[in-house]
Amino acid sequence: MIKKVRPHPTQNEALLFETSSPGKAGYQLPELDVPAVDPAEALGAEHVREEIPDFPEVSEVDVIRHFTRLSTWNYAIDLGLYPLGSCTMKYNPRVNEAVARTEGLMWIHPYQPDALSQGAFAILADLEKALAEITGMDAVTLQPAAGAHGELTGILLVRAALEAQGNARKRVIVPDSAHGTNPASVRMAGYEVVNVASNDRGMLDVDALARMVDEDIAAIMITNPNTLGVFEEHIAEVARILHSKGALVYMDGANMNALAGISRPGDYGVDLMHLNLHKTFSTPHGGGGPGSGPVAVKKPIEPFLPLPRLQHAPSGWSWNYDRPQSMGRVRAFYGNFGVLVRALAYIMAHGGDGLKRATLDALLNANYLRKLLESHYEIAYHAPSMHECVFRHASTGAIAKRLIDYGFHPYTVSFPLIVHGAMMIEPTETESKQELDLFADALISIAQEVEENPEVVLAAPHSTRTTKVDEVAAARKPILKWRG
Amino acid sequence: MDPENLRYTKEHEWVRVEGDTGTIGITFHAQKELGDIVYVDLPKQGAVVQQGKTIGSVESVKAVSDIYTPVSGEVVEVNGSLVESPEILNKDPYGSGWLVKIKLSEPGEAGQLLTAAEYQAYVGTESS
Repeated sequence: MIKKVRPHPTQNEALLFETSSPGKAGYQLPELDVPAVDPAEALGAEHVREEIPDFPEVSEVDVIRHFTRLSTWNYAIDLGLYPLGSCTMKYNPRVNEAVARTEGLMWIHPYQPDALSQGAFAILADLEKALAEITGMDAVTLQPAAGAHGELTGILLVRAALEAQGNARKRVIVPDSAHGTNPASVRMAGYEVVNVASNDRGMLDVDALARMVDEDIAAIMITNPNTLGVFEEHIAEVARILHSKGALVYMDGANMNALAGISRPGDYGVDLMHLNLHKTFSTPHGGGGPGSGPVAVKKPIEPFLPLPRLQHAPSGWSWNYDRPQSMGRVRAFYGNFGVLVRALAYIMAHGGDGLKRATLDALLNANYLRKLLESHYEIAYHAPSMHECVFRHASTGAIAKRLIDYGFHPYTVSFPLIVHGAMMIEPTETESKQELDLFADALISIAQEVEENPEVVLAAPHSTRTTKVDEVAAARKPILKWRG
Repeated sequence: MDPENLRYTKEHEWVRVEGDTGTIGITFHAQKELGDIVYVDLPKQGAVVQQGKTIGSVESVKAVSDIYTPVSGEVVEVNGSLVESPEILNKDPYGSGWLVKIKLSEPGEAGQLLTAAEYQAYVGTESS
């Protein structure tokens, strides 16, 4: 047995506190060449701390090695397929990053005069126009800072538009296959949530909906394709039912990755919707974002959009604050500019044909995996899959953990909630056939293990530095500080 | 296994009426579907609740589920032991895992709810 000195990425890592050695420091100061000052005298004794308990004493290289080793623990989209898909992680072409780092864009300041910001105005206007065309809507605000912020803005727009007609109404219908944040947005906007169930094809039950819609319903908040990855075939009929009672159709654009360049929500009766730029238009995912949730609306809702709006005159671009029906501001400044630059760069690099191709690739990849896997796993709904496919298995959690041993990040576990034991897989447009084959091989191999050697799956993962975590104990009795 | 003397809802709550007080909990089926329960959010004593409305939530490692009260009235007692030991809900959903006691404002409501046999039939159709 050798003593392996150097911690390897697969070995655990001590905390910096634990590697501390008295007297070590990451700095060395020169001799003091001015008179010394007593901090207690200068600042007051009560402001001087005698000692910082357990402050780690380590050298510069100790710190560098510690954090560099930790950084190698991460599974990332730059290392391999990430089956959580566009919601969580999708490959963003590097050229968008280069564009966003253009000097004039990177150092622009929101308080610099309009005359010096004409290029930035034009970028925002071009992006609004592009998003309006992609969604089939008439106007877009780029102000909301994230998808859920866009949802809230959208439902407040519903309220503003209906109030202007004299009655804001009381309830918003949310299908059980909708995006998880929708009911929260409805409540925050002061409406009651009414649920409507999906039918056995994984689609909205149109008859149930028709019975539900009355003059108290303000809107439906529908995700299309829904969280099952199924396109709501009767979406135009749904819109007709809502409109016949004076209610609006709000679409959650979370799954726009399945539609961009092919199908436009504005063409099938949607009145307003938000987009999550990170899901479809290649902007940063989580981990510091920042996010962006533009809201696109049809003409009748445009007067209510947040202040300010972009306006163009022969003298150039400026902000328009003179909009008496506006719902008001939803954020300081006009959205997260650097993110918007990336989205426009992505759209322009692709063009209409390129966006369509990306969408078709996303659909092809999801359906290829479905085909490879459906003789090994039970598909939750037989309706055609769009950009993601949902299987079901009683051991979905264990299978997901076993995938880690095969070198893949787990898929989405136990969501959508309406599928018991859900295994949701979204490969996105980026993945090659080779990578998809490797992923399918891993899942097929695990399906065989479940039959022949279930213990190995139930106890997974085996190849990680931390073995299976007791999630129940962690949630019931969490230890939230060092040394308990 | 669902006690005969309780009444049930399609949202998987039960109520036991004694005099003018109703004790509320979630069913065996509900705790089984949720899996290991790790957190319970309950209304405060004195809260006035209305039948069918959300009064709190139950969180497992898989999901968070709303609790809908099967009866209307005022919350007169809350099962504080669930805060420290939410696992009681898994172990004894019809006994020590009760959630709240409600002084009934509409004593007739409970009679409209499902009987044990009706609830079992409903659970059967839902899972098939």
